[in-house]
Amino acid sequence: MENKPASARVKHPHALPEQSEWTFELIEQAHEEIRRVAGNFGLDTYPNQLEIITAEQMMDAYASVGMPVSYHHWSFGKHFLSTEKSYKRGQMGLAYEIVINSNPCIAYLMEENSLTMQALVIAHAAYGHNSFFKGNYLFRTWTDADAIIDYMVFAKNYIAQCEQRYGAEAVELILDSCHALQNYGVDRYKRPARISLSEERERQNEREAYLQSQVNDLWRTLPRRPEVHEDEQEQQRFPHEPQENILYFIEKYSPLLEPWQREIVRIIRKISQYFYPQRQTQVMNEGWATFWHYTILYQLYDEGIVGDGFMMEFLQSHTNVVYQPPVNSRHFSGINPYALGFAMMSDIRRICENPTAEDREWFPDIAGSDWQATLQFAMRNFKDESFIAQYLSPKLIRDFHFFAILDDDSKDRLQVSAIHDDNGYRYIRQQLAGQYNLGNREPNIQVWSVDMHGDRALTLRHTQYLRRPLNQQTNEMLKHVARLWGFDIYLETVDQANNVIARQECKWEKRNRYTS
Amino acid sequence: MVHLIDRRIQGKNKSAPNRERFLRRYRGQIKEAVARAVKGRSITDMESGESISIPVKDVNEPNFGHAHGGIWEGVHPGNEEYQKGDQIARPKGGGGGSGKGQGGNSENPAEDDFVFQLSREEFMNYFFEDLALPNMVKTQLTSTIDFKSQRAGYKTSGSASSLHVLRSLRGAMGRRIAMGGKSARRLKEAEKEMRDLMETSFPDDLRIEALKQEIHHLRTRLLAIPFLDPFDLRYNNRIKVPKPASQCVMFCLLDVSGSMDEQKKDTAKRFFILLYLFLTRAYEKIEVVFIRHHTTAQEVDEDAFFHSRESGGTIVSSALNLLAQTIRERYAESDWNVYVAQASDGDNWDNDSVTCKDILSHTIMPLVQYYAYVEITEGEPQNLWLEYEHVAQLYPHFAMQKIENPADIYPVFRELFKKQPN
Repeated sequence: MENKPASARVKHPHALPEQSEWTFELIEQAHEEIRRVAGNFGLDTYPNQLEIITAEQMMDAYASVGMPVSYHHWSFGKHFLSTEKSYKRGQMGLAYEIVINSNPCIAYLMEENSLTMQALVIAHAAYGHNSFFKGNYLFRTWTDADAIIDYMVFAKNYIAQCEQRYGAEAVELILDSCHALQNYGVDRYKRPARISLSEERERQNEREAYLQSQVNDLWRTLPRRPEVHEDEQEQQRFPHEPQENILYFIEKYSPLLEPWQREIVRIIRKISQYFYPQRQTQVMNEGWATFWHYTILYQLYDEGIVGDGFMMEFLQSHTNVVYQPPVNSRHFSGINPYALGFAMMSDIRRICENPTAEDREWFPDIAGSDWQATLQFAMRNFKDESFIAQYLSPKLIRDFHFFAILDDDSKDRLQVSAIHDDNGYRYIRQQLAGQYNLGNREPNIQVWSVDMHGDRALTLRHTQYLRRPLNQQTNEMLKHVARLWGFDIYLETVDQANNVIARQECKWEKRNRYTS
Repeated sequence: MVHLIDRRIQGKNKSAPNRERFLRRYRGQIKEAVARAVKGRSITDMESGESISIPVKDVNEPNFGHAHGGIWEGVHPGNEEYQKGDQIARPKGGGGGSGKGQGGNSENPAEDDFVFQLSREEFMNYFFEDLALPNMVKTQLTSTIDFKSQRAGYKTSGSASSLHVLRSLRGAMGRRIAMGGKSARRLKEAEKEMRDLMETSFPDDLRIEALKQEIHHLRTRLLAIPFLDPFDLRYNNRIKVPKPASQCVMFCLLDVSGSMDEQKKDTAKRFFILLYLFLTRAYEKIEVVFIRHHTTAQEVDEDAFFHSRESGGTIVSSALNLLAQTIRERYAESDWNVYVAQASDGDNWDNDSVTCKDILSHTIMPLVQYYAYVEITEGEPQNLWLEYEHVAQLYPHFAMQKIENPADIYPVFRELFKKQPN
């Protein structure tokens, strides 16, 4: 941060006035300047659509996970109520930005914000996040910015239609169960196809007819051919491979679901898939957006377009956002993704522009290279886990005073396994990266088998990771699976050597289908 | 070109259906919470919303997740003192910090209650639920006070339709005078001097030329003063004031003898609340007097009224006497509308019931607007009920009802709500 004497500053002809009230003209003017600077820095974005909204609308947007259109569900009402409560009590300010990964990219500006904050949000959301959505490989692979709003409209109408036809309660039961399983509705390896709204509608009709005819095939009661031997049956485990996408498996093979229920499972699965990249790029996404609002607004300051008062206000909220409380502080609640992301992005620029001997040793490829190209490369080709594994520098580990603690429940005491010293850098970097690996964070539970010749029970398999047990909600979760499957559910826990060490079951009685 | 859209005017209350769904789903819990709140509130304080809390485990949305156990290794910021290999005692309450970030909020269901705010309207709806009120009465009670709009001087902004022409023009004239006064005076003087000069001197006199110029200058100046400036505009100012209403007093009479248990008192409280709510619609100022009785009667505050308990027999006339006396002394009929709500379980000393009838028919009924009596009992009506039936025949504004649960309360007020003019 440079500290220029006031006299040295030149007032730009297009300078923004030093006032906190915004007007539409001023927002357009600010946006124009930000767009120009962002373009000079080579940020490639979707077209922007800025929307002025009230605080109440912001809470609405919050409650429906930021989507401008969404189907109705009580859980959104719950989130709205709790947001509203804490907002009214003044416990929290509303986040000043929500941005939707769509084309055009929609960013919300809250009317209560000052001109400075609006400019900050535009730089952060409409250029930072926007370019991330457009550039990052996960978003490119998993989300379709052109189609999402249309799809949400389709989902909303379809679910409303189902409610009219089959009753709100029946729809709510399905939605509850799907929501519970939504983290297990993601294909990690298959690429979803792009289709438009009308195609979606058409396909949905076809799918209904087709699926129903297929499903029953599984349970065909034709007499078995006599030449099938017992051990062959054993080999014909269904599914042949374990399935990680539980919702997909249910959509395709659950024996008793009605066609509309399958479609709802599919909708939740699709939406879950759309949010999947966001869950994996928190640090990068926020870090990228924060880095760019900081860089862009400083550029505007250097050009004399914004003044000292603007910068004071901006820096105050910026420093709040990137503050990382230490572990022993009572404000500590995990690693702040804004802080870590911003620090890493800025650090990459530093390594490019002013590399030290240490950097040259650790990052021979990028030390001294063009910082814009290097940052773009990092943004495009990584997710949190690999980004940290690749770019976390010893300097940052020192700056953050990172240390790793090993908590093994077979030992009486915790052990410090590494600190920010020469022996610890690599270890800490690897551990921290692992912490952002969704595969480690969420229990690994997959569809293992279906008892096709017996009671049709579905067996799930939980492959234990580092001996970690499942939480107390597991039983509740199995009920949800059972509701969707319509028959008994077993959950086997296996250790790393594939020995079954625990088995839970959830009996499904048919009458539950309509009562619970 | 950026698309800048003002969304503020549209799409308000987008979450309302979701909120409504949430309330419907947890109706049972919310009703319980409302019932608790009604118990704790004063009967004059039914007009606000309420914080409702539901155990978090009931509203939890489950998820597969890890519990604490096995091996956790976490990286944390802010190391101050530790070296590699240091052993640390395990902090109490599990944690170790590692799992806290993600699973923590849902893992411990007993953590906290889910608290949210019911609006006043929603609160009232839950309250009315088992009272079996007709819909029209419900809207009557839930609706806010009626306002009438009234003139209150003038203001400087408003809609064109409320422009006050006379005031605006008068203001304009004042402004023209104030702004042009000096010039107008000078103009007058100059014109006079000019006329004088014209008579005495030649028309090409230098002075005349100067005066001509000055007069021209002054005229232009005066002309530049606008006839009507936006500044002059005055608009009628209309404000909303609550509809004027007179005052009333509401007497609550409650039998607190040993036979009235908590549940009966609870029902009685709802009965009083309902009358009070009705009165708040009709009157601006309401006084509430609480009289409780067993063998003797006593005026008490609300807290003592509902919460203290006496034992022993019942003499209802003691309360009626105190009631009559209080009305006479403090609430002269012409100034006050008097409403009485009496709740009892029907027990009374045998000889006393006749006395009650006499006091009511001769002294009290002529003084009051409405008298509502509820007998909270499951048994056969007793002599007090029989005597009161005579009163009911004499006076149409005496209403009585035997009730077993809150749903029976409303009929006793039926007449009252019917009479309500608006």
